[in-house]
Amino acid sequence: MITLAVPDDVDSRGWRPSASLDALRARAHLNQRIRDFFSERGVLEVETPLLCSSTATDPFLTSLSLQWRGCTRYLQTSPEFPMKRLLAAGSGPIFQLCKVFRADEFGRLHNPEFSMLEWYRPGFSLADLMDETEALIVALAAVFGRPLSGPFQRVSYRKAFLDAVGVDPLTVSDLQLSVIARECVPSAPEEWDRDGWLNLLMAEVVEPHLGNGPVFVWGFPPSQASLARCLHDDDGERVAARAEFYLGGMELANGYDELTDAQEQRVRFQADLAQRQCLDAASVPMPDALLDALQAGLPPSAGMALGVDRLLMWLLDKPRIADVCSFTADRA
Amino acid sequence: MASYSTNEFKGGLKVMLDGDPCSIMENEYVKPGKGQAFNRVKLRNLKSGRVLEKTFKSGESLEGADVVDVEMQFLYFDGEFYHFMNPTSFEQLGAEVPAVGDSAKWLKEQDNCTVTLWNGVPLAVTPPNFVTLEVVETDPGVKGDTASGGGKPAKLAGGAVVKVPLFISVGDILKVDTRTGDYVSRA
Repeated sequence: MITLAVPDDVDSRGWRPSASLDALRARAHLNQRIRDFFSERGVLEVETPLLCSSTATDPFLTSLSLQWRGCTRYLQTSPEFPMKRLLAAGSGPIFQLCKVFRADEFGRLHNPEFSMLEWYRPGFSLADLMDETEALIVALAAVFGRPLSGPFQRVSYRKAFLDAVGVDPLTVSDLQLSVIARECVPSAPEEWDRDGWLNLLMAEVVEPHLGNGPVFVWGFPPSQASLARCLHDDDGERVAARAEFYLGGMELANGYDELTDAQEQRVRFQADLAQRQCLDAASVPMPDALLDALQAGLPPSAGMALGVDRLLMWLLDKPRIADVCSFTADRA
Repeated sequence: MASYSTNEFKGGLKVMLDGDPCSIMENEYVKPGKGQAFNRVKLRNLKSGRVLEKTFKSGESLEGADVVDVEMQFLYFDGEFYHFMNPTSFEQLGAEVPAVGDSAKWLKEQDNCTVTLWNGVPLAVTPPNFVTLEVVETDPGVKGDTASGGGKPAKLAGGAVVKVPLFISVGDILKVDTRTGDYVSRA
């Protein structure tokens, strides 16, 4: 047999995959195990359209769009809207493994198209959903030889901030917050809004303080509720019933006790659309079909969205998303 | 000059920051769960050489800096300016002492250097990776010692002091690596 040596410095290596073939085999295995986990629990696998007439209104998400029969269609940033429409139609518990698209996101931990595991559980509380996420992660970690033992740490957003930064994120004044943020992060911009400072502190101070182990952070400021319902914490402060799951210092999953109130959801969407206009972000339509579904009745549910690529990074102990994707956007 | 948004920042891009030309070294994109993304950027100030870190909101932009690297031949130092010539256009430029900085000790007439120009004015001078310079001062050479581990300092034409083997004498021409300041061989 003749082996042809290909020099390592040849530029045309751009045709090659970003990830090793071993990593791609591991991905196939992971997808299979995820499907087994939900199938054993009686959660139905669904497929919903990736191209929809509406998309996330989140002011800081940019959807990719294209034209179909003279109408704008959006590649979904998450399958949340159509999956909630299925819930309202009486689907019961559902999960989906699919690609999602976010135009501006590219970096060590980001690729503009990535794999999402999203699942919805009618009748679950946010605590139930964290239990199930923990069970899933523990099961997958064992299969991949990186065993984790529960129970995972669960810390409120408020306590995480108090521990790491020493301020109460729910009650600190805007002025004091900006002073503290610029003290903690000297390279920070001169000006930012309240959520901007909170996010900066979260990423630069709180997240490193959480460490590399598995941890849920729950109870976000209402301004960061997105599609989660709001409730009052033990001190009577209003917080969003939203949880983020961190592992290996990475944000891996985001879950909500879902907002089911169509009226409140409409008000939040309107606020998003107004903020997008202020920020000069591309305008997106009001998600009417979702609002109609909420109006018809979304069963009380909790739902989680988990980044499969990052989970695979952790399972294989790889530092870059490119190490687990066949072809990242720069060579797709 | 064009301006560049954070998603166009990449290693080597030259931008203006607070009035100074800078070269981007690293750019890391950070997107908190539901919030505005930002970029952790490491830049080198091309005037001071200092490395600084800045956090930009994603989508912010910086004006590009008109910074180019040109291969030029070093002609002479007139006590105030270091004079360089573009070997193809024969155009000549004078670089001020601060722009040449530490590189001065490696400059030898007729050597080709990289001159970094900002708006056409020399900002920095990088000597060739290897230069050959004459020893102007060192302890007397030890005959027969060609390889023993010991060494001694030697001062070269231009002023650089490098560690050399014991057998080197005044008047020898040495090849030196300017990036490390290490003696390579006798030329």
